[in-house]
Amino acid sequence: MKLKVAMVLRYVILILGAVIMLMPFLWMLSTSLKTQPETVKIPPIWIPKQLQFSNYVEAFKQAPFFQYFINSVIVTSITTIGQLFTSILAAFAFSRLNFYGKNFLFVIFLGTMMVPGEMLIIPNFVTLSQLHLVNTYGALIIPWLASFFTVFTLRQTFQSVPDQIYYAAKIDGASDWHYLWHVLVPISKSTITAVTVLQVIGSWNSFMWPLIVTNSENLRTLPVGLQAFTSDAGTNYAWLMAASTFVIIPMVILYIFLQKYIIAGISKTGLKG
Amino acid sequence: MLNAKPTIKSTLKALLYLLPMLVISITFSIYPIIKSFIMSFYTKYDFFNDIVSAYGFDNFKFLFSDPDFHIAIKNTLIFVVGVVPLTVILSLVIALLLNRIKWLSGFFRTVYFLPFVTSTVAIAQVWHWIYNSDYGLLNYFLSLFGVSAVSWLESPKYAMLALIIMSVWKNLGFNIILFLVGLNNINERYYQAAEIDGANAWHQFTNVTIPLLSPITFLVSVNGVIGSFKVFDQIFALFNGTPGPSKSALTIVYYLYQKFYTEWKYGIAAASGVVLFFMILLVTVFQLWYSKHHVHY
Repeated sequence: MKLKVAMVLRYVILILGAVIMLMPFLWMLSTSLKTQPETVKIPPIWIPKQLQFSNYVEAFKQAPFFQYFINSVIVTSITTIGQLFTSILAAFAFSRLNFYGKNFLFVIFLGTMMVPGEMLIIPNFVTLSQLHLVNTYGALIIPWLASFFTVFTLRQTFQSVPDQIYYAAKIDGASDWHYLWHVLVPISKSTITAVTVLQVIGSWNSFMWPLIVTNSENLRTLPVGLQAFTSDAGTNYAWLMAASTFVIIPMVILYIFLQKYIIAGISKTGLKG
Repeated sequence: MLNAKPTIKSTLKALLYLLPMLVISITFSIYPIIKSFIMSFYTKYDFFNDIVSAYGFDNFKFLFSDPDFHIAIKNTLIFVVGVVPLTVILSLVIALLLNRIKWLSGFFRTVYFLPFVTSTVAIAQVWHWIYNSDYGLLNYFLSLFGVSAVSWLESPKYAMLALIIMSVWKNLGFNIILFLVGLNNINERYYQAAEIDGANAWHQFTNVTIPLLSPITFLVSVNGVIGSFKVFDQIFALFNGTPGPSKSALTIVYYLYQKFYTEWKYGIAAASGVVLFFMILLVTVFQLWYSKHHVHY
């Protein structure tokens, strides 16, 4: 009996918590489909009389959200692929090759992970302006093409692959390059997927850096564009919620499909990092 | 071959593999770390031509006498103290509950983690709307209990609280996942042994779960403190590009942003970044020291 009460209590608390977690999303979705007068009704209504999909059309008319979306896709995909490429190569060197200065270099990079990235914004801005890259796609992408966090995670995974596989590949006459891309990378698929997804989410949602290095409208990414839109939308919360939904939805879809990898990635990297 | 001694040849080869990563990270991580320490001593700086005509401690002197910077430090500390313990306790409780149920546990995990994947800027717009003093959901909900309307975002008294609530909500899922991993790693035998010794559920929790979970609790706290020290996006988005009413949500990174981006005072901005660095370092060192004495690995 006591056990049953405890079980019921657990579910009650968890459901209550889940409602609080979901409430903002449902409220956003609901508001995005309301008419203007419906948004300010008290008591609030959750299901609008008629779903106003026109709010989405209207938000797209008010600001170039399609352009922002394209920018976000470009920046996120190039950053992710580029960073993955540089990290896989570096992780291979750290896990499978012996070279002078290996430990020294590794310690230096571990040290840089401790430094708050916000501190680097000022000198990086100066560097980019000297390279005439401020307010270009380059500024949004190039500084993020290397991540020691990703290198560190991949190195751990590469090291866990048994040496015998490496020797077997060598005996079969495979070069290191071939071994890396045709053996090591496929074996480490799940870790690579995990770091990729985490990188995509981070890049898609990043705000402070794109805010600082771009000032023309046609270079804005979605979060920066949305922030600028708040002043245009004014008090029209239906439009604002429609735009917010549009920014959030892609990552929610990604999350629902790749949840397994995201959770695994956090469990792995969060613990070792 | 593996475990072979490094040679010139193997070093050159490794260098080729490391090259792309090295070029980027030296330019955009290592060089700027050094540069920002140097920049914090720039007192006369011509940004357009990158010419420095004077160095000194003036930037730090300015920070120590600038009331805004004092506010920023105070607010950052309030934010850390408001967010971290609350997040740790709530995520631990939820992880413990999730660990004890089977049915729907995957669903709950999905729901609790959802805020973590969403754009801070976008979700802050939603919270902005929830916090609206006239038509917001929160005030409506509170009015059901007879609480009169609170100006969450307009009153300096409540702005920080509003920021803290949103931040806890957003970060909860991440920490729940880490606690769940920690709970899974506790060997069932410890509980069986405790059971044999006659320990009740509470004693099992305090004498088995808490000590064995301490590495995770430690990790979650360190992550939380460091992340909270750097809060910026939430503030910018929640208060529409301002540091809250009467600077009530002005934090160190927001201060850095203002000095750098709106006032073009690079030296002062760099100096505030250096202060942030040392504050984080101090906390990390303290936490490492603490973990040596109190965390059971």
